[in-house]
Amino acid sequence: MTVYTKGVVFDGVDFDDPDCWKLDRYVKRGGYAALRKIIEGSISQDSVIAEVKLSALRGRGGAGFPTGLKWSFMPRQFPGQKYLVCNTDEGEPGTFKDKDIIELNPHALIEGMIIAGYAMGISVGYNYIHGEIFQDYRRFEAALQEARDAGLLGENILGSGFSFQLYAHHGYGAYICGEETALLESLEGKKGQPRFKPPFPASFGLYGKPTTINNTETFASVPFIIREGGQKFLELGKPNNGGTKLFSISGHVSRPGNYEVPMGMPFAELLALAGGMRDGGKLKAVIPGGSSAPVLPAQIMMDVTMDYDSISKAGSMLGSGAVIVMDESVCMVKALRRLSYFYYEESCGQCTPCREGTGWLYRIVDRIERGEGSLGDLDLLESLGKNIAGRTICALGDAAVMPVQGMLKHFRDEFLFHIENKRCLVH
Amino acid sequence: MLEIEIDGKKLTVPDGSTVMEAAEAVGTYIPHFCYHKKLSVAANCRMCLVQVEKAPKPLPACATPVTDGMRVFTKSDLAVKAQQGVMEFLLINHPLDCPICDQGGECQLQDLAVGYGDVDSRFSEVKRVVPNKDLGPLISTDMTRCIHCTRCVRFSEEIAGAQEIGMAGRGEHSEVMSFIGLTVDSEISGNVIDLCPVGALTSKPFRYQARSWELSRRKGVSPHDGLGSNLILQTKGGRVVRVLPRENESINECWISDRDRFSYEALMSSERLLTPELTIGGQVVSTSWDSALSKVAEEIKGTIEKFGADSIGVVASPNSTVEELYLINKLFGGGLGVRAINTFGRMSDYRLVSESEGVRWLGQSISELRQSDLFMIVGSDLRMESPLLAQQIRQSVKRGAELCVLSPSSSKQLCRSVERIVRPDELLSSLVSIAHSVVVKIGKSVPAVLQLAGLLADDDPMVEAIAKVAGRGGRISILLGEQVENSPQALEIAKVASLFAEAISAEFGWSFASANKVGAQLLTVDSADPTFSRQRKMLIGFGVDLCADSPNAQLMSHQVRAADALVLFSPFKPLSHVAPFSASLPVAPFSETGGSYINIEGVVQAFNGAVRCAGDARPGWKVLRVLGNLLSIPGFDYQSVEDVRRAALGDLEKLSSSTLNNSIDVEDVRINEKHNALIRVGDVPIYQSDAVVRRSHSLQETKLAGCSRLARMNSKTLSSLMINHGDNVLVSQGGAEFSIVAEEDDTLPDFAVALPAVIDGCGVLGELYGPISVKKNM
Repeated sequence: MTVYTKGVVFDGVDFDDPDCWKLDRYVKRGGYAALRKIIEGSISQDSVIAEVKLSALRGRGGAGFPTGLKWSFMPRQFPGQKYLVCNTDEGEPGTFKDKDIIELNPHALIEGMIIAGYAMGISVGYNYIHGEIFQDYRRFEAALQEARDAGLLGENILGSGFSFQLYAHHGYGAYICGEETALLESLEGKKGQPRFKPPFPASFGLYGKPTTINNTETFASVPFIIREGGQKFLELGKPNNGGTKLFSISGHVSRPGNYEVPMGMPFAELLALAGGMRDGGKLKAVIPGGSSAPVLPAQIMMDVTMDYDSISKAGSMLGSGAVIVMDESVCMVKALRRLSYFYYEESCGQCTPCREGTGWLYRIVDRIERGEGSLGDLDLLESLGKNIAGRTICALGDAAVMPVQGMLKHFRDEFLFHIENKRCLVH
Repeated sequence: MLEIEIDGKKLTVPDGSTVMEAAEAVGTYIPHFCYHKKLSVAANCRMCLVQVEKAPKPLPACATPVTDGMRVFTKSDLAVKAQQGVMEFLLINHPLDCPICDQGGECQLQDLAVGYGDVDSRFSEVKRVVPNKDLGPLISTDMTRCIHCTRCVRFSEEIAGAQEIGMAGRGEHSEVMSFIGLTVDSEISGNVIDLCPVGALTSKPFRYQARSWELSRRKGVSPHDGLGSNLILQTKGGRVVRVLPRENESINECWISDRDRFSYEALMSSERLLTPELTIGGQVVSTSWDSALSKVAEEIKGTIEKFGADSIGVVASPNSTVEELYLINKLFGGGLGVRAINTFGRMSDYRLVSESEGVRWLGQSISELRQSDLFMIVGSDLRMESPLLAQQIRQSVKRGAELCVLSPSSSKQLCRSVERIVRPDELLSSLVSIAHSVVVKIGKSVPAVLQLAGLLADDDPMVEAIAKVAGRGGRISILLGEQVENSPQALEIAKVASLFAEAISAEFGWSFASANKVGAQLLTVDSADPTFSRQRKMLIGFGVDLCADSPNAQLMSHQVRAADALVLFSPFKPLSHVAPFSASLPVAPFSETGGSYINIEGVVQAFNGAVRCAGDARPGWKVLRVLGNLLSIPGFDYQSVEDVRRAALGDLEKLSSSTLNNSIDVEDVRINEKHNALIRVGDVPIYQSDAVVRRSHSLQETKLAGCSRLARMNSKTLSSLMINHGDNVLVSQGGAEFSIVAEEDDTLPDFAVALPAVIDGCGVLGELYGPISVKKNM
């Protein structure tokens, strides 16, 4: 289910129309106007980047890095091939927004990438699509073909002399391939393992060439920004948190699904939009930004607004915008056990703290859940977390630790109850 | 240059340096496992985390580039806590089996655990167990001990040149392994044993033989190829039990080949000859040195008196030491007037010795060779002849140099290269064509000899590659290998190569596959005529298996069978005593004698014996000295091996440029008619290269040793002979036949049969690069 209140990514999309993804429908609702505007108006590369900067668009993949700034890092005068890569390897538990973009509005992404390619002087792009949404990969391939057939993609776009090739590539479902440098390795045909940084992809990316990587939703927001202006996009949200954001709402709500709403919407309003709590349940906790974001208890959550800064202040992060809603029936120990198991299984095994630490974390949480934990285990979890976080090659180590830290911070009692009474507080 | 301060010590380092390199420069040790100066940076062990001013998190020293004004703290609270945290993670799944681990005592994890590990473990879960892998006969595995540093993975890909080891699986389930069903078959694979910081990969032949602290370390020099790799011979109880590399950046860097590493097994094999043996009238008797040498002296005297000095033939291995070769030449050549002294291995064109103006050599230093922009390897299976030289060229190619190979058969170079595989009898004409075309292409005048063969197509890739580098004045090195050295046309090929090198201002030299061929040339007496065309009454071998180490085993076996007397100085038992008078004298192998080798770049490398001689074996120079005395030849009163060396070389540490000279004095170069008669490609298999290697058990179990026991032909040759892959075939040369299995190998040229120089029963075969016939064995 996809719903929007103010549309940027899904601007004008009729979700009831099974052909809403097609090129003619996209053009009818103003699609490719932004591209034409740039080409016909001979708008300079710098102006495009300036517009994106003005919009305060921030990376929608999770880290929230300002997009315009990232684009300006690309050495535009670099002699030789440069690459543009879209990260549709959406593997963060709770997140399913990019899937909907390439299924329901793929041309927004294609147009966004062409504009990005134009702005940074890049002629080749790849979209790396998560391996577990193969039907959507096919849909995206079909959309690419439509764009190529219409002369919007490929050699000499709209007679401008600017050429941009875009290819789709699907992974095989490894979570780590959503980490941008692991994605590049995988795209090169190697084992998907993160690279250490520096060098960053902007100087040493795909095949060692300068590369810009953005999330699907980020690229799909670009046509609106160019068509309607950065200022308008910014005004949809809050300062420093421009535009709208897709939230994937899951868990104990009446109407789970993707919701595109302006940045800064109060969480309470978003919850109401999703039909409120399911079966009249009582809100217990929310993971506001995908499984690696620290959990926030209900009372804190009901006071936050859905934007980078507010959630960060509350002690968590907006991340990918995956809002996992939990009611009082949830055992937090069991929830953490499931989360820790995920990171244990998805660690790539390259660097020591993550390879050895994630399994250790999981086993301790598992032991507590089974009633076999000891009081020292909680301190051990915290201590191990400190030894993992910030010491690994990529952010997966941090991602594995943050749920543990969040749970222990806000729901320590439940863990103590498991340890002391050898049973669950909830059930 | 960048300024950096490490633990308060200031220094400047070149741009692009890492914190680890800077720390090494200033003498600060940062603990690490995955970092290795010769491998790419992986930054995966995280042991080298250090504190960098203004960085919120500890950073890995190995992967952090130095920035100007950077301040690093390697022993601050933050750094040490981070290092201790990593150590805890490394140890949780590492077995506590140090008491039964071969790495114990020389284990980086063990050493660093003392400094960074805790007394107790906070890990109360079940430890991980990883199944062991079969990596072949050389490398033993205990994969539960693996800490996933990927040094072995990076070595195989980056240094050995082939991805033979990888890390499969994810997270905690990651396992270092070879491809399923395959072993690690590289000719330099043993280096992963040294690289492994824990006991996951250890030496299979050395397994459970000794603890590292029981071993004495002695310096040695490789006796197996011309590079002169520096070795450490580790001994226990008077035996060499392990061989390791001794770092020498200008020669072998920090690597050695498997041949250098594992050949020591032969030194204590049951094939060692431990007492002098005499065969008189068909009876083999062990005897004392006194009686053996006096009998031998008598026999030599008698033979010369009856038949003259020309009735004696001497064959000495080019892997013999300078001192041994000097005394052999002095004793038999100078002293007794024997002319037939062959110290040149399988060389069949002795004009190479007589027509060379000086001692042939690499033509430059090894370090200079590495700087080449283009390598042209002519007539060499370099990876098999000189594994580490091939490795160094591979590194240069990775840095951007070009590699061209012209050869009758060549193992894959494992790097970007342009190859031209031709019949051995077309090596000369192909080289002339390439040289002709290149010189024309760069617009220089073409010497007459280079016009003997026609031009190649304008877009010939090898011509284009060489012309491009020559055109821009790049550094080109032309290297001639054993396939030229052992070719009947060696002189012509060398002449053409030297003319070509001159025309394009290239370096030109030889990459010998013997430890002391430079020394052998230097020490040869002028009267020497090493041809063995006529039957000798007495044959004297030194450090060789007479037939296996000969350029023509068939002729040599005739000689051996018809000789009246055979005298063999060897560490090993002879294959048979057939002559009416046979003497086998146990001389010391490389590990039991002092001596020196002169490597391909002319550097003299001396070494002492690492262990006492086994049994009654004696250093070759001492045996020759006594024999000289017994034969009353003056000047054989040396007191020490150094005395002999001084007599042979003076105080030279490197041969002078007036001695080293690749010029060839020949005017008349003729090119053969092209024909399609079947021809043999008789390369020397890597693990049959000399008497020691041949007797090293583990090396003989490797896949590389196995593939040399086949007759290989390309599919066109096979079908024209109506032979199928896997058929049993009869090969014949000079009227003798030999049965072997045929294998299809499309890397070979048409109508050529790759049949190794040394193979079980090969005594019947003749010329290495001569005509041969093959038919299906019905």
